[in-house]
Parts: sequence; C-alpha cells; structure tokens
Amino acid sequence: MEPLGVHPAGRRTLGLIVNPVAGLGGRVGLKGSDGASVQREALARGAAPLAEQRARQALAPLAGRQEAIDVLTVAGEMGEAVACASGFAPRVVGSIPSGRTTAEDTKTAAREMERLGVDLLLFAGGDGTARDVYDAVGERLVALGIPAGVKMHSAVFAVNPVAAGDAALSYLVGRRRVRTAEVMDVDEQELHRGIVSTRLYGYLRVPEDVRLVQSLKAPTPASEGGVLAAIAADVVDRMVDETLYILGPGTTTRAIATRLGLAKTLLGIDVVSRHGVVIADATESQLLAVVPHRPAKVIVSPIGGQGHLFGRGNQPISPAVLRAVGRASVLVVAAPDKIRSLGGRPFLVDTGDADLDHELSGYVRVVTGYGEEAVYEVSSGGAGEPAAGAAPGAVWTSG
Amino acid sequence: MDDANRQSETRLRRFHQAKWDEPIILELGTPGERGVLVPEVEPPVRAAVGDVLAALPANMRRREPPGLPEISQPQVVRHYLRLSQETLGVDLNVDIGQGTCTMKYSPKVNEELARLPEVAELHPLQDESTVQGILEILFRFQEILKAISGMDSFSLQPGAGSAAIYANASILRAYHARRGDGNQRDEIITTIFSHPSDAACPKTAGFRIITLYPGPRGYPTLDALKRALSERTAGLMITNPEDTGIFNPEVDEFVRLVHGVGGLCSYDQANANGILGITRARDVGFDLCHFNLHKTFAAPHGCGGPAVGAVGATAELAPFLPVPVVTFDGRRYSLDYDRPLSIGKVRSFYGVVPAVVKAYAWVVSLGPEGLRTVAETSVLNNNYLMKRVLEIPGFSAPYEPGTHRIEQVRYSLEDLTKETGVHSEDVGLRAADFGVHYWTSHHPWVVPEPCTLEPTESFSKADLDEYAAILRRVADEARSDPKLVRSAPHASTTHRVDPAPLDDPARWAVTWRAYKRKYATPIR
Repeated sequence: MEPLGVHPAGRRTLGLIVNPVAGLGGRVGLKGSDGASVQREALARGAAPLAEQRARQALAPLAGRQEAIDVLTVAGEMGEAVACASGFAPRVVGSIPSGRTTAEDTKTAAREMERLGVDLLLFAGGDGTARDVYDAVGERLVALGIPAGVKMHSAVFAVNPVAAGDAALSYLVGRRRVRTAEVMDVDEQELHRGIVSTRLYGYLRVPEDVRLVQSLKAPTPASEGGVLAAIAADVVDRMVDETLYILGPGTTTRAIATRLGLAKTLLGIDVVSRHGVVIADATESQLLAVVPHRPAKVIVSPIGGQGHLFGRGNQPISPAVLRAVGRASVLVVAAPDKIRSLGGRPFLVDTGDADLDHELSGYVRVVTGYGEEAVYEVSSGGAGEPAAGAAPGAVWTSG
Repeated sequence: MDDANRQSETRLRRFHQAKWDEPIILELGTPGERGVLVPEVEPPVRAAVGDVLAALPANMRRREPPGLPEISQPQVVRHYLRLSQETLGVDLNVDIGQGTCTMKYSPKVNEELARLPEVAELHPLQDESTVQGILEILFRFQEILKAISGMDSFSLQPGAGSAAIYANASILRAYHARRGDGNQRDEIITTIFSHPSDAACPKTAGFRIITLYPGPRGYPTLDALKRALSERTAGLMITNPEDTGIFNPEVDEFVRLVHGVGGLCSYDQANANGILGITRARDVGFDLCHFNLHKTFAAPHGCGGPAVGAVGATAELAPFLPVPVVTFDGRRYSLDYDRPLSIGKVRSFYGVVPAVVKAYAWVVSLGPEGLRTVAETSVLNNNYLMKRVLEIPGFSAPYEPGTHRIEQVRYSLEDLTKETGVHSEDVGLRAADFGVHYWTSHHPWVVPEPCTLEPTESFSKADLDEYAAILRRVADEARSDPKLVRSAPHASTTHRVDPAPLDDPARWAVTWRAYKRKYATPIR
C-alpha cells in the first residue's frame, strides 16, 4: 500500500550508461584504464570486463519496479544488455562501435539523455567516466556513479554497486534532494609511475542519499544547501569592510559568494570584498599584486573524500601568496559531512614548499555551520595517509 | 567453549510482534459518540452561577469546539492496549541496543512509592509548612548527589538532561557576565563524541560552538584542545566516557588548560553509570555537572519525560543555580528563591518530584557500596558483551583495539557493509524480528555504519548471550540471504516504511493537523 501524496504520480526515467572498458586495468596490475593503448595492454594481460557485472548488481534493487521506472540506455555493452538482463525493456539511444567504445561514446550518450530527459543518470565506470559525464552535462543532470573503475577519487560514486541501486531507487520514487559532489582528475601518467597527483575537475549533482552519506532513518533535516548557506552566513557576518577575501574553488566557497550576491567561478580563485568581485579567476601573480597592499584572508574548503586544503585545484594560492597573507589569515570552511567523509584522515597540505607545509600542519579551526566550528588535524603530504583508492606505495606530490 | 557450542546454547525466540493495523485515535469513533455523559446542570445551579462562558473574554472563547475524537471508553481502552502491544521497551525485551541511554530496570516498588497519595496528591502551590516531608526527600537527594559528584550545591529544577545542560550553559554565561567579560567569552568547546546536546544547548543559549574531533586514541589530543582555547573561551562542556565508551584519561589536563585561559568546565554526567563511586566530577576539577535521574538513577525514561536533570555546582557557582534550591536550617526545610544571581527557572515549580522520589528510593536501597557495584557490573557486562560481539565477523570497535571500554561501545559494521551491502540500519531492523531494539548512533556518523550498545547492570549473562546471538544470526543472514535482512522487519508490527518523509519538511507531519493539510487524501 503506497501512501497517496508521497509518491507523485507519473513514471520516472532512469538513464543508464555503462563504460564497458572501465576497470579493465585494475585486476591486471595497471593503475587505470584511460586510453586505447592501456586498454589493449589490459586485454592482452587477460583482463575481463567488470563494468557490466557491476551495473547488473546495481540494477538488482530496481528490478521489479518496471511499473514505475523506464530505462533509457545505450546500445549493446553500454547498457542495453544489462538492462534487458535485469528485466527492463529499455529505450536505446544511438549506436556504438561494439568492442571499441571511447570516451566520446559516453559523452554523446549523456548529451542525448539530457536532450530526451532523464530523472537520474546512473553510470558505471571510474573517475574517467565521471569526467566524461561532467564534460557532457555539467550540473544540469542529476547523476550517480556505480563504482566500476580502477580509480575512484571522485565523490560521485556510491560505496558499492548495490548501494548505487538503492540510492537510485530511493531518489526516483522517494526523496528528491541533491547535493554537489567533486569530480576528480588523477593524472594517470603520474600514477603509472607510482605518484598520486589529483586535481579538482568539476562537480556533478548527485542524490543526497543516505546510502552515500548517512543513515536511512534519521538523517539530519538540514540539506547540504542549508548547511552551506549557514556556513556562508557565518563567514559573511564576520567579514570586515577593508579586507580582501581570496575564495578558493568549490561549492562551499561559492555559497559565500552567493551570500554576498556575487558570482563565483566554480573551479577558479576569486578575490572579493564585501562589496563586489575584485578579481575573478585570479592567477598567482594577480594575487601577489594585491595582497601586500590590503589586509587579506584566504578562504578554502578541503576536497571531499580526500582532504587537500592546498596544492590541489587551488595552485594560484601559492606558497608566496600564503606567506604574504600569513597562516592566521587562512580560514577553512567545510560541512560536517565533508569532514566525516575523510574517515578520520587529516586535512592535507601540499603547497610544494615543505617548510610552509610544516607550518600549516597541526590543528586548524574549521567553520562548519552558523556559529559552529570544528578543530581538525592538518598534515603535510608525507605524514598523511593516502586517500582511499590510491595505489599501494604511492607518494603524494604536488599536482 | 567454541563459538558453535556457545551459540547452540542460546535459543533464538520465535518472536512475532502483535500487529493490529490500528488506526490512530483521531481516525476512530463516530460523531456524537461519548466516553463520559456529563449530566445537565440542574436549574437552581444554573440560576445561581449564570452563564459561565460569559465570564471569559470574547477573544479567549473558541469559535468552534476542538477537533477531538468522539469515542467510547471501551474503544479507548482497546486502542491503547493494542498500541502497548506494538512496542518494545526495557520491561519487555533485552533493551541494550539503545546505547548512551542507560536503559536499566526501574524497580516497580519505587513506582508504588511515587504513587502514594502522600506524594501524588501534593500540589506545587502548597505552603512549605504542609510539605516538609517531600522537601526533606528533595533536600536529602541533593545531599546524595553532592556526595556522588563532590559538588557543593545542587538544583533539581531542570526537567531533562538537555534542560540541565542549557542551565549549565546559562550559568557559564551569567558567571562571565558578572565578571565583566560576558561579551568576550562567547565560545564553548565540546567533542564530537560527547552527547549532541553538549553542543546544541549552549548554542541555544547563544554561544559559538567549537567541536573537537578524536585523535588516534578515540578522544581529542591536548594539542587539538589548545588550538580551540583563547580569551574567547567561556567553557568546556563534555561527556566522559564519551559515546564510544572510551574514558579520556587526560580529562584533568583538559580541565587545567581550560581553567588556564579563564574558562569553566561543565561535566555532562547524564550517563554516569560506569563511574558511580569510582570517579567524581569535582575531584577532576569540574565546576559544574549534571545527572539524568532517568538514566543513571533508575527513574524511568517515561517515553520522553517529564524527568529531572539535576545540576551541581561548586560553591563559587552555586549562587547562579536555577531556583528554587531546597535548604534546611536544622529545623525546617525551605524552598530558597532568594538568590539574586540565579539564572532563574528553566521549568515550572521545583522539579519533577515523582522522578526524585523514585531515584531517592533507588539510591537508599543500594547505599554507597551498591552504587559502586552498579558501576562495576555495568562495566563488566559491557566488556563481556564486547568480547562476544567482536567475535562476530564484520563487527569492530574503532580506536584502541584490544582495550576495554567503560559502560558502552560504539561499534562499526563497516566491514559487514562492504562485504554484503547490508547496512547497520538494516541489521537493526532485522534485529526487531527477534524482539530486540537496536539503535545506530547520533549523527554525524564519524564511526562508519555505527551501532551503540550499552548493557547496564540490569541484564544477565543469558540476556547478553541472547543479544549477541541475534547479532550473529543477522550477520550470518547478511552473507547468506542479504535480501532477507535488507527487507526486514518481517515479524514486526509494521514492515519497512519509506523513511524519506521523516526528513523532508515538505512531507513530514508531526501533528494531525499537519497531516490533514499535507495529505488531503488520507493514507489509510
């Protein structure tokens, strides 16, 4: 008996994209699967495709809900086969070169799904697939990753395939709240040499689902948007007129700009004051040109699931800039869920200046809400544990 | 004895909860149906009294009668008896799954005492001279709490644990204001594994909250505390042992550092079950503390109150305690309202007297040695249960592996979740099929896939074995038949419900009126 008024009438459409070559490199000791030559080598080493199997696991919780959910997918091994095997009668978009699919096929399919309209885009793959989805649809579609790649530094993946299916079902027929999650770019060339070098690539909108972030039964009533707005209100209320604020990348700092009524470049560094944008998408030299002349504060947020405060995605805030503003003028902001996502690992600093990293290490106060702060540990690269999914023996280096 | 033998000793119940599919009472009854027929007022009375409603100001009179259910007495009795069969609770099941709440047996004889007419028929507005007996109990109980905590003065006025923390936050504020630095000292430091009210209550009282995260041993490092301290520090408000069951052994150093910058220290002892008679708030240097009588002192939780959160203070802070404080001049007991520095009242009158009577009876029946035995037994029970639970593959107790815990443990089922896709929440719902309750944990889930178990002194070895056997069975099912666990409960009053509306302001309905507004078509 489904309560009336809880499930709005109307069917839901699930978009499904399987990147059939995702994860190929993992089982055979390669550190990723990007590019045709690596994929050829993986197949030569006997790699078996995993993505379809993982997508099949993810669809299990949705099987039996055909009366409520339509599936829109890609031909053959990019989704059609899995959807049919799971009992759906999918609509299929486009055609693919079977056995030779590339990133372009993912992007084309995602764009087509945006055009036709899907309520949620479920994709099986790794960081590379997430980047392709981001390139194609940005924050315009709600998407969710079925973990099937070798590298999954991005925060857009469910903890396992079944959890992805649960989250998809819950989003499609239940609570329709979303949050933004980081898409990360790990340099595979570096990774093949045993070095993890990551940068923030963009953001996808994902279901704000308990299976990804917290309890099913008693999640906080505050949405991510509410928490970020509270952090922004706290920061803005304590801003002073003459000071410049150097905002690092990300949605947390974007909320601060929004609170000020200003536009923010999502992945860039912006310099603002209480009264307007001073420099948009600033370079290091632009920052160095202004900081000696006016009091300045740097406001940054750690990268979710990974914890970098400096040295990933915000390189214009260089050692020279940080020395000019001073450690006491660094303000860290982060939603409590972002801290929780680190699993107890410290924030990381990797500015490229070992002495500065050492000075920034220790403990930092973090604004976590309106009138709320946390004290959290900061570690310089060497002492920090590598993020989950990092290759064994990898060392952190400047990215 | 190996695990298999031990488990075969514990027979799991073939439990099925009552399932009445009972409507809520506002959906029952028919228009005109009555539980009590009130006779018409006799004409001479009516003539003498006149129109009683006319005495009420027009703006205070209802235009329409309230929308109460119209229902007969037998229907009401049946309704509530059915609902009572659809619950779990400490008098019905092995209630050790509600960690941090200190679910213990509340002796029924103490209920009898609290219902004696000498207690139940008192009125809070009676003159002191007519209630000397109950004032004596209140005074004696204040003295008992002073001995247990080492504090100099107590007030029994706050009506719950959070009310007590709010009172203590208000005392901190009043103390600093009186010293002239109330505006400057606006920060309260707490820890992420302290009870969430240690952050929420001072926030409500206007403070900025600084939360410390755990270090490698499960409690914050001294360096983390030092980073939080400044001339803005008003105080430290923490639980110890924390919700993990780990006792911070550096707590005296925490107190010393906070005092060093001019802050005060308030000890949340809502749950003091593992340390009764073993360590005292004052001995560690705390300035304030509070006890929940419904946790440690066996006054029952009463489904959310009313309760007593007794607050204790040093002599220096005693003038700020909520009023009244019960005093004794050697001849007479009095309610002392003449305390000009007091923060005032945090609820009506002078505390929930029946709860104090039950707690007082519990303490005097045990005596000092008995209280210490309570603590020792609860700690022993907890560490026995921990050993049994950690034998179950997929369960772990983060921080300091291999060490003992005090009165509870925050476990993690992360390994089980990774292996099977079954979440802690699912395990809890499946446990209901065996007639026990299981709670995950407070948010945020710093310990992933958490559950918190607290077997107080009230549970036998057989009880603990039964609970552990249920968890083992559910963990086995998570591997052999995960669908069964993920779709639980199957033998309970209700099957799995969609929890989404519970955290969606647009869809939640906590009153009948809100329900009717948001759901024009009734769900049933």
